[in-house]
Amino acid sequence: MTESARNSPGAVLRRKSLPLLGAIGFVLIWELFCRIGHVRPVLLPPPSLVFDELAQSPLWFAEQTAYTLGITLAGFAVAAVLGVAFAIVITEWKWLHRLLFPLFVALNSVPKVAIAPLCIIWFGTGAEPKIAIAFLIAVFAVVIDTILGLRSVPSDILDLARTLRGSRWKVLIRIKLFCALPHLFAGLKVAMSLALVGAIVGEFVSSQRGLGFVILSAQGMFDTPRVFAAITILAVLGVVLIELVSLLEQLALPWHHSAARASH
Amino acid sequence: MIVAKDVGKHFGAAAEGVTAIANISIDVEQGEFVSLLGPSGCGKSTFLRCLAGLEQTTSGTLTIDGKRVDGPPERLGMAFQRDALLDWMNVLENVLLPADFNGARKRDFEPRARELLKMAGLTAFTHAYPRTLSGGMRQRVAMCRSLLLEPRLLLMDEPFGALDALTRDQLNVDLYRLWQQQRMTVVFVTHSISEAIFLSSRIVVFSPRPGKVIEDIRVELPADRRLAVRETEPFGRYARHVRGLFESMGLLHD
Repeated sequence: MTESARNSPGAVLRRKSLPLLGAIGFVLIWELFCRIGHVRPVLLPPPSLVFDELAQSPLWFAEQTAYTLGITLAGFAVAAVLGVAFAIVITEWKWLHRLLFPLFVALNSVPKVAIAPLCIIWFGTGAEPKIAIAFLIAVFAVVIDTILGLRSVPSDILDLARTLRGSRWKVLIRIKLFCALPHLFAGLKVAMSLALVGAIVGEFVSSQRGLGFVILSAQGMFDTPRVFAAITILAVLGVVLIELVSLLEQLALPWHHSAARASH
Repeated sequence: MIVAKDVGKHFGAAAEGVTAIANISIDVEQGEFVSLLGPSGCGKSTFLRCLAGLEQTTSGTLTIDGKRVDGPPERLGMAFQRDALLDWMNVLENVLLPADFNGARKRDFEPRARELLKMAGLTAFTHAYPRTLSGGMRQRVAMCRSLLLEPRLLLMDEPFGALDALTRDQLNVDLYRLWQQQRMTVVFVTHSISEAIFLSSRIVVFSPRPGKVIEDIRVELPADRRLAVRETEPFGRYARHVRGLFESMGLLHD
């Protein structure tokens, strides 16, 4: 296919609409399955019922979504900042890596769900414990990928930096960080979806608000359509958040972008 | 300028490991263009890296301007086989990198950078990213970068090894012109016999590992060299002679 054919409005539309088509197909099959099989809504409500549920109180759902979104983004932001900082510190000082990295891995091996109740004890029942759990779950991906990225500098570029007699700081901010960016963004995408998981786990443990609370309380009343409504929102939210990180990646790595455009 | 006396480099533990070079003794005068010529893996690059202060010698003495090399020397320009351009900086920023790393203000060196790019015929690509350039253009940018701070010593590690023959010829001509104008000292690693003869005022031929100096050849060809010099009789004599050395080392079979 030629460049112009690939970028014609029709082709772009086809490409962009394809994922949507997949989702629509999935929903249709689900609806048909429920109707033909006469599945009881309390077990598996058809999508139409789920949409009814959403349509009945959109504002209330929006409010719960906003709360969960806030927790997720806060946890993600803290994980991104502290994760990158930790990765930089332990790659720049080898002895710190030896000192702290095994401990970090050990702490990460503890199931975060098991720590969640502790967070309630430490931070109370407000937003903080949920942010802490989202952070704990998300931070590992950021740290691992950033370390990988900081170490991915090609050896000839490190040689170049040495022959230019650049300071360590210059090497870090002009070379290593840029080499790390593609890896970092891969880590951030994983961290974003994990932060969402963390936020829900936090809300499961103790909450009066948020989508996690909606799921838990609706489940208690066997209000399955409402559970599915919350899950649907979560699925859409996950996709949107990952896309957001992808967009950020394109903005932050214009040289990758321009290369993609220039390649034949 | 460069004085190497019995320089050796051994990787790994004393008994095991690999001896890359042994007993290399070369003097290089200011303003010479010296090619280190030898088969792959003969240690010529290792010697160059010792000169650049990227590797520590394990025996002998290596001095530049009377000072023992224990790290990258001042006013050093280096070109690598892969151009080592930074993908996230545009061409101009890449060329300005040495100034930035040197703690100088980039703005002060911008006119010089633009002049170098103009000489290399890259003015139109000043703000392009390296990934959009061809291999030859990238290597030109790398050369501009190594020349920004007017190095006294230019070390080149098979800089044209990955280029196609035509581009390689053109860059040979360009490099020769540049050296004629600026007369910096150049140490150039290559395994191409004709490239070495065309560019150099001296060729140092290395044996296979552990690398030793087999012969030190002074090249007396017209100062105004064009590619056609490669078809002349004196050039052919040098080429035959070097090829003869490789044959006697068992590296070439006719």
